[in-house]
Amino acid sequence: MSLTASRMLPNNNFVGLRQYATLIDNGRWQVSVVNLALFGVLFLAASLVLGFILAALIDQRVRAESLLRSVFLYPFSMSFIVIGLAWRWLLDPTLGIEKLLHDIGLTGAHFDWLIRPDRVIFTLVLTAVWHASGLVMAIMLAGLRGIDREIWNAARVDGISTWRTLVFIVAPMLRGSFATAFVLLATSVVRLYDLSVATTNGGPGIASELPAKFVMDYLFDRGNIGLAAAAAAAATTMLATVAMVVAPWFYWQTRRSRQAGMA
Amino acid sequence: MQHELPVPHGLVRPGAVSLRGVEIAYGSFRVLDRLDLEVAQSEFLVLLGPSGCGKSTLLNAVAGLTEVDAGEIWVGGRNVTWKEPKDRGIAMVFQSYTLYPRMTVRGNMSFGLQVAGIARAEIQRRVREAAAMLRIEDLLDRKPAELSGGQRQRVAIGRALVREAAVCLFDEPLSNLDAQLRTELRTEIKRLHVRLGATMIFVTHDQIEALTLADRIAVMRDRRIQQLGTPTEIYTRPVSRFVATFVGCPAMGFIAGHLVEGRRFKADGLDLSLDGYQALGEMAAGRPVDLGIRPEHITLAPGHPEAIEAPLELVEPMGSDLLAWVRLGTVSLAMRLPAETPLSLGDRLPVMLPASRFNLFDAASGLRI
Amino acid sequence: MNATVQPSGRRPARLTTGRIGLYAFLPISALFFLTPLYVMMVTSLKTMPEIRSGSILSWPSAHNLDAWVRASSQACTGLSCNGIQTGFWNSVRILVPSVAASIAVGAVTGYTLSFWRARGAKTLFAALMIVAFMPYQVFIYPLVRLFAMAGVGNSLLGIVLVHTIFGLPTMTLLFRNHFAALPMELFKAARVDGAGFWRIFLQIMLPMAVPIAVVAMILQVTGIWNDFLLGLVFTGCRNLPMTVQLNNIVASSQGERLYNVDMAATMLTALVPLCIYFISGRWFVRGIAAGAVKG
Ligand SMILES: Nc1ncnc2c1ncn2[C@@H]1O[C@H](COP(=O)(O)OP(=O)(O)O)[C@@H](O)[C@H]1O
Ligand SMILES: [Mg+2]
Repeated sequence: MSLTASRMLPNNNFVGLRQYATLIDNGRWQVSVVNLALFGVLFLAASLVLGFILAALIDQRVRAESLLRSVFLYPFSMSFIVIGLAWRWLLDPTLGIEKLLHDIGLTGAHFDWLIRPDRVIFTLVLTAVWHASGLVMAIMLAGLRGIDREIWNAARVDGISTWRTLVFIVAPMLRGSFATAFVLLATSVVRLYDLSVATTNGGPGIASELPAKFVMDYLFDRGNIGLAAAAAAAATTMLATVAMVVAPWFYWQTRRSRQAGMA
Repeated sequence: MQHELPVPHGLVRPGAVSLRGVEIAYGSFRVLDRLDLEVAQSEFLVLLGPSGCGKSTLLNAVAGLTEVDAGEIWVGGRNVTWKEPKDRGIAMVFQSYTLYPRMTVRGNMSFGLQVAGIARAEIQRRVREAAAMLRIEDLLDRKPAELSGGQRQRVAIGRALVREAAVCLFDEPLSNLDAQLRTELRTEIKRLHVRLGATMIFVTHDQIEALTLADRIAVMRDRRIQQLGTPTEIYTRPVSRFVATFVGCPAMGFIAGHLVEGRRFKADGLDLSLDGYQALGEMAAGRPVDLGIRPEHITLAPGHPEAIEAPLELVEPMGSDLLAWVRLGTVSLAMRLPAETPLSLGDRLPVMLPASRFNLFDAASGLRI
Repeated sequence: MNATVQPSGRRPARLTTGRIGLYAFLPISALFFLTPLYVMMVTSLKTMPEIRSGSILSWPSAHNLDAWVRASSQACTGLSCNGIQTGFWNSVRILVPSVAASIAVGAVTGYTLSFWRARGAKTLFAALMIVAFMPYQVFIYPLVRLFAMAGVGNSLLGIVLVHTIFGLPTMTLLFRNHFAALPMELFKAARVDGAGFWRIFLQIMLPMAVPIAVVAMILQVTGIWNDFLLGLVFTGCRNLPMTVQLNNIVASSQGERLYNVDMAATMLTALVPLCIYFISGRWFVRGIAAGAVKG
């Protein structure tokens, strides 16, 4: 690692900070960073919430539990390319869901997010949430099953309603599961490439560009100037990863070991 | 706690619990079978039995955590069969502490009261009093992770106490503690019972706990209560070989044999008179039986005409007293003797087996004769 | 003597609003999760006129496997029109050695990290964690240069190497966690008996690691089959894996887009991981859980 990194860094330092200035001025880069932030926040929030709700519901001793679990998790087994193409077809503005809505009489309905620059990023969020909520559910469910069932009984005797128990007592006990899920999802956010290639390929125009795709495009499509930009972009992405994922992870790890030491 | 129906004064027995014909099954596996049980106001009842015999199920049914398939449950003169746990006037302590880990001790004790909408001042008063009683005032601002096992269980008891319920249910609250803490907290619980006058139903598989705590013990086995009685009754007149073995440490010794004419018991190399034994029914000659006797009821009687010469096989010192294993016929029996008794292996001891202390069980059914 | 006591009073209704919400939410979510698969399936069985006229949800009027045949053997990417089957075999050729290599290396690393106080173990571990968290894009350029210099660029060997490297963090963690749960006494006893590094690994630890190896295999087969980025960059045009080829087919169809063929090709690509998922069931979940508990 240190070896490869050092091979890359001199490239950067040589040009100095000018390269970063150019990068920041690059409109496409700006769009992709804004998209990343928007996508990251929405995707993380939606997947964590949906995954937790699904796990909590399944944990209430429902029938067909294993069937439901398989249904929620199967998208996670498929390639981003596959699911990207599937959703691209579903969201197709002429033949997809929009047509379905028109056919059932909602002629005024619009579901053309895929070709609307201001909405296209939400299609990526939708697709990614569909892909990842099952994973969150599986992690959360494992966490829930690890909790002593007697805590639910204790809360019931105390007169605490099911949802209150879930939110105020059980959810705080699942901090570890939340952290695990968060780290996994956040890692995938920063490296998200295949999904955007398959669903929108950055389009319409550059409306759904993402940093990971920016790096790839500049790396291989635009010769030397692009290379420098790509390197700078990559370094920035790396920093973002550190800030978003690694730092919270290490923080959580040290906290956990401190607590373990105390108990 | 809250009463919905006005109950005529003088009849209020908020702590009386009764189970009438309660049946509970998990799928096709029946755990409780038409079970009846009356617990009086302020009584300390211990449910004793091996693990898996349905004790927790019974307790959960009283608490409302498990639904009954048939039968009724009454608490404090009200039919609570279909009431929510919080509306039954009960509080409960669990084996695994079940403290809410992200809340402080104070939070743990007051959360249920807050949800119930009880006034702040009242909550504070109850928490203060419970904490004082359990000597956990200094721990109120700590999190459960910062407490030892004994402290955690105290907090769990405190959380039950603040409900000021007339009935307290305990499901093996001491099982997760080490031996010393267990004894300590056992005394504490007994003291609380005396002080609060609440009805307590206490589940355990530990017969010492049962004997020390209970006003009455219900010994459970296989879906039903096998014997219900005071600790003395359970100890001295067990209704079955199972109860006899389960209660008492070291366990009762047994000799297999059969009854013969003239109220006598015969086994390999042994012939004992049964004069003085209070039989429940007829003692038909030839019936195969197990004769049981507790170690402390076998005595040394030098020079007594009916004493039996028994060779000493093994000595186990136990501090205050000792266990001497002697051979009688083909079996080895333990007898409890004062620690300072001079003994050496191979001695032939003159032992007395008093018939009034015998427990005769039918060999086939295991029931007392 | 004691007949069954029928509880007096009404059993309260169990169907509270919460309960109804529960029963409604789960099936609705299940539909949301299943719809795309269903739509892919039916679309791939329809003819193009039917797709244009009907709704995406409608059941195909005639089960028509034309699209599947075309997808597997005639669909075009650029100039060649051999269908996606080339990609399938490429993926298999990449998959087998990559899975084998990454599991073998991961097992040895995990074993070393958990039982031997090797110097630099901490550094290695930290490096692995960083690789696990960082976007691949950061490493791609240096690796491409490195491989070009070593002469393994754009080759099967190159992609196998890349998969082994990027699979290493997860594989190592998986095996390390598994070995760490074994009693250290086992290892000490073997040392006392005079067994060395490889003997302990091969004769004692490996047989005990079979379950985790299965989990690792599920994880790696799915992961490598689904990979797009690494396959795109490191394989060169002759060995492109199925995902890359799929994307090319869909992206390059000129003139009218053949949605049924696209969806058939998509289904074909998804088939391998889906089969593994549905066959392995709980093992798949275990793999995710085990891989997820990093550190
Ligand atoms: N939720 C359940 N589902 C199926 N069987 C159960 C359940 N809970 C308990 N049992 C079974 O019922 C029997 C009694 O359990 P329990 O009341 O917990 O016993 P105890 O507390 O005396 O150890 C046991 O054999 C146990 O296996
Ligand atoms: Mg129990």
